Amino acid sequence: MVGQPPNRELDSLMEKQAEDARNFKNKYAIEIADVKKSFDGKEFVLQGIDLKIPKGEITVIIGYSGTGKSVLLKHILGLLKPSSGSIKVLGEEIADKDVEELTKLRQNYGMLFQYAALFDDMTAVENVMFPLKEHRRDYSKAKMLEIARERLKDSGLDEKHFNKLPAEMSGGMRKRVGLARALALDPAILIYDEPTTGLDPVLTEMVDNLIVSTHNLKKGTTSIVVSHDLFAAFRIADHVAMLDSGKVLLFGTPDDFLKSDIDLVKRFVSKGVRRELQPKDGESQKDVSSRE
Amino acid sequence: MSYSERRESFNRAFDGFFLWLLSRARAFISETGELVLFGWHATKLSFSRPYRFEETISHMEFIGNKSVQIIALSGFFTGLALAFQIYLGFKLVNATSLVGPTVALGIFRELGPVLTGLIVSARAGGAMAARLGTMRVTEQIDALEVMGVNPIQYLVSPRVIAAVIVMPLLCGVFDFVAMTGCWLITVKLLEADEAQFWFRTSLWLEPFHIYEGLFKAAVFGLFFAVICTHRGYTTKGGAEGVGSATNRGVVLSMVMIIVLDFFVTNLLNVMYAVKAALW
Repeated sequence: MVGQPPNRELDSLMEKQAEDARNFKNKYAIEIADVKKSFDGKEFVLQGIDLKIPKGEITVIIGYSGTGKSVLLKHILGLLKPSSGSIKVLGEEIADKDVEELTKLRQNYGMLFQYAALFDDMTAVENVMFPLKEHRRDYSKAKMLEIARERLKDSGLDEKHFNKLPAEMSGGMRKRVGLARALALDPAILIYDEPTTGLDPVLTEMVDNLIVSTHNLKKGTTSIVVSHDLFAAFRIADHVAMLDSGKVLLFGTPDDFLKSDIDLVKRFVSKGVRRELQPKDGESQKDVSSRE
Repeated sequence: MSYSERRESFNRAFDGFFLWLLSRARAFISETGELVLFGWHATKLSFSRPYRFEETISHMEFIGNKSVQIIALSGFFTGLALAFQIYLGFKLVNATSLVGPTVALGIFRELGPVLTGLIVSARAGGAMAARLGTMRVTEQIDALEVMGVNPIQYLVSPRVIAAVIVMPLLCGVFDFVAMTGCWLITVKLLEADEAQFWFRTSLWLEPFHIYEGLFKAAVFGLFFAVICTHRGYTTKGGAEGVGSATNRGVVLSMVMIIVLDFFVTNLLNVMYAVKAALW
């Protein structure tokens, strides 16, 4: 918080932790082994998830609604504890960490929420400055402002919108601000929760491009996208994990998915293809055919 | 219907009623426990780093400064009405010199803290529940958590501390303005003796009575802030959920203020009696 005596020791420790996270040498950023989760002790939402998310690449987690994507995401973020199994983030087991340790660990994450989840009483710049105010208390206000403006430019927001409140921005602009805020602390892991849900095709493509360009800009960052948009997944993913009934049905490259013999995967892919071949806004069937 | 059938039907109805009562009692105990833990957690986090001075001052401004006018207006007319009613009654027994102290005791000990609590919980408490509820349903609270910021410490603790600090100040404003209204109508309009008014008031009203009211206001501040923030923080659903959380928060706060008033008054009087007996 600005105006409060900075805890330099703690801040430098946190900065070092973030630096270590970026230089983490293991091949996998997140290792999930046999994770099960039940809320009532009877029904299991996650029924033994095994998933290794490669470091420095884009992994998309897809699946129908109710297959456990959001629950898995909450486990990765440490917002839920598994009933059994192990979750390692950057080599550290998080299943048995307490709130304070998890709070420190979460500084390795940047997250873009489905509807951006911007603080509605703060302008775009203030939203991006917020994580810096919280975790880089030894930075001057000018430095925080400089970083915030830089991140907003990186995410493609026009400078004239920097001082607008979220209510004055369009959905696409809000996503850009949300992404800039997620990038503020230079996180090792970037998480996108349903980033294209409810957006029109043009905006969907814009967000997909934004994810790829951000990933290319921040080399070494591990990106995890939770989505049910298969084509978006194929456009951006290095790896795709498909969940079904609380288990990983298939984990592989987009090519592996197209070649897969698993019935459910085939159905999911074909439905995605059919939807992709529907004419989009302002597009004729001819355009669709040429796309095909 | 035979006797045994009637008896079985009665037993079934009684069992149903008993089970319903049990489930209600269980829900009440669980909800109260959750509320107490939430309040305790928020209060505890107020005293751990990072301290939220800026947020606390901003909420003090919202709860306090923006409520002053409505508190002053309510206080003035409460003083006027109460003094007028008491004057009419006391005039029958030729005791108009006691209007001042009677109103003073009523205002400082009861009406000041209770009415301040009710007005501020409706205005600021409702706003707190709505704000936190909106933040919950638009994932802003989740965003805080993911950013490594404790949402209770950032959102709830400053509001609770601000309410506890500001409520006695607002109660003081209410008391002062209400007594001004009382003086105006009794002395200036109804032409009671001014010297008697102040002499009797200063004779009857002890500092303890003023502290009692201010203490009660602080307690009411703690309760309405914890209840309303808890309702907002645990909002489920969309806009409907926010509306329902706000409504339930304000209603429960108001009822709690009235119920608590009785218990706090008794507790303080017992403490006062013990203190008087010991010293």
